[in-house]
Amino acid sequence: MITLDTIRKRFGALDVLQDVSLAVRTGAVTALVGPNGSGKTTLIKIVLGLTRADHGTLHVDGQPADDAGAYRRAIGYMPQAAHFPANLRVGDVLDLVTQLRPGEAVDDELARAYDMDGIRDKFVGTLSGGTRQKVNAVVAFMFRPSLLILDEPTAGLDPLSANVLKEKIRAVRREGRSVLITSHIMTELETLADDVAFLCDGRLRFAGPVAELLSHTGGRSLEDAIAGLMRSDRAGRRAAVGTAEPVPVLPWLSPEPTGVA
Amino acid sequence: MNVVSLVLQAGLRDLSRNRWIVAYTLSFLGIAEGLFWFGGTGPQVLLSLLNLVLLVLPLVALVFGTIHVYASREFVELLLAQPVPRRELFAGLYLGLALPLAGAFLVGAGIPFIVHARDGATLGGVAALLGAGVGLSLAFAAVATWIALFTDDRLKGVGLALGAWLASAVIYDGLVLGAAAAFGNYPLERPLLGLMLANPVDVARVLVLTQLDVSALMGYTGALFERTFGTALGTGIAAAALVTWCVIPLGLAGRRFLRRDF
Repeated sequence: MITLDTIRKRFGALDVLQDVSLAVRTGAVTALVGPNGSGKTTLIKIVLGLTRADHGTLHVDGQPADDAGAYRRAIGYMPQAAHFPANLRVGDVLDLVTQLRPGEAVDDELARAYDMDGIRDKFVGTLSGGTRQKVNAVVAFMFRPSLLILDEPTAGLDPLSANVLKEKIRAVRREGRSVLITSHIMTELETLADDVAFLCDGRLRFAGPVAELLSHTGGRSLEDAIAGLMRSDRAGRRAAVGTAEPVPVLPWLSPEPTGVA
Repeated sequence: MNVVSLVLQAGLRDLSRNRWIVAYTLSFLGIAEGLFWFGGTGPQVLLSLLNLVLLVLPLVALVFGTIHVYASREFVELLLAQPVPRRELFAGLYLGLALPLAGAFLVGAGIPFIVHARDGATLGGVAALLGAGVGLSLAFAAVATWIALFTDDRLKGVGLALGAWLASAVIYDGLVLGAAAAFGNYPLERPLLGLMLANPVDVARVLVLTQLDVSALMGYTGALFERTFGTALGTGIAAAALVTWCVIPLGLAGRRFLRRDF
């Protein structure tokens, strides 16, 4: 389980994250969604320790995140796009990551599904974008961490490979591990996610089960619901600017998002 | 194996296959071999190569280094997401850049001197040239790393790298000479020695020339340096200054790497 408590982050004059509190349940897939520039990437980077929060705490499996980075043993990360050094062979990349995490149980199921043995000797720079993305996925799923963070995981994958990856995500959930996933493909998230965390302008506007979001918004699909949230949020901001007192146009959005630890 | 050696090995594998590094090695090899082939004696080749080393090596280390660090940004983020300490990761990344650059120069410039060992170059002279080249590679790779970590704007970073090269390899000596001419009536020896040590390119030049007994080519500060310290002490001081020029920018870059947000 991962718990973020009142995380704040400011870049210059810009408040990127404002008191974000969120709990990612064990054994659940949580979709982190929001418009561009809403703070999703910054939040992920804070969880990974790439960026330091100005305020707030982060616990992964009860372990506080610190600079030593040992807590990252509990995390597997798949960035949006793979940028491995072009002159390394696929085998070099896989071996490097394996050796950086000695003693961890290796899960080679995805590596076999994507036939990594067949491309081990190929240079990364010669691979297609889709094949690089497969290597990227294999690196993230190579171990059995309790939390997987996936940033647009199926981007660039062909439908068959995307299905393999989605099935793997479901298998991870069945094993009782957690997944934090971002994607702009709402139909994909709808088939994968148990929970949704909706960020907008650095604030967490909703956190809770997908079903709860659908019932709140009356949306028929996650895409409808998220689009509705974004429209309402914009309308709310316009109303707040145009009146002396902010108009509560989003009464159903609780001040404290559900699912917060 | 520890994190430093794992990341270093990956860097060595990557850059040893990099076409620019291969071209850089072959260029030094071709030029040094060509100088011998066209009838140059060992000392003449050393002096010709020294000019190339002082001009080209900082440029390559700064520009290639800066671009390489920017290009590695996403891979570094992936490595930072693993349970590894930042300090060790930084050491591996820096060495993975600096050692291939230094190695490329060593191989390219060193092999012709081994092949033409009987052509009159002294061991001290060759060692000083190769040592100065390695020192400059390590120092300017550290400066390049610091620049790339200092600003996220790639264009600005490459501009800063070019500016650092212009300042150290082209403009600096002219400024020192101008200052010496303008304040010629004052006792400038000590300040000028300090100014010489403040530029790694000048330090490398003096380090090599003190081994070659060609004080006429040392420039004003170099001649003053040799007269003040003599050859042995001068070599030691110049070598120490070059080491300092590796340590300070590396320290700044490391501090930045440990503290910055990615």
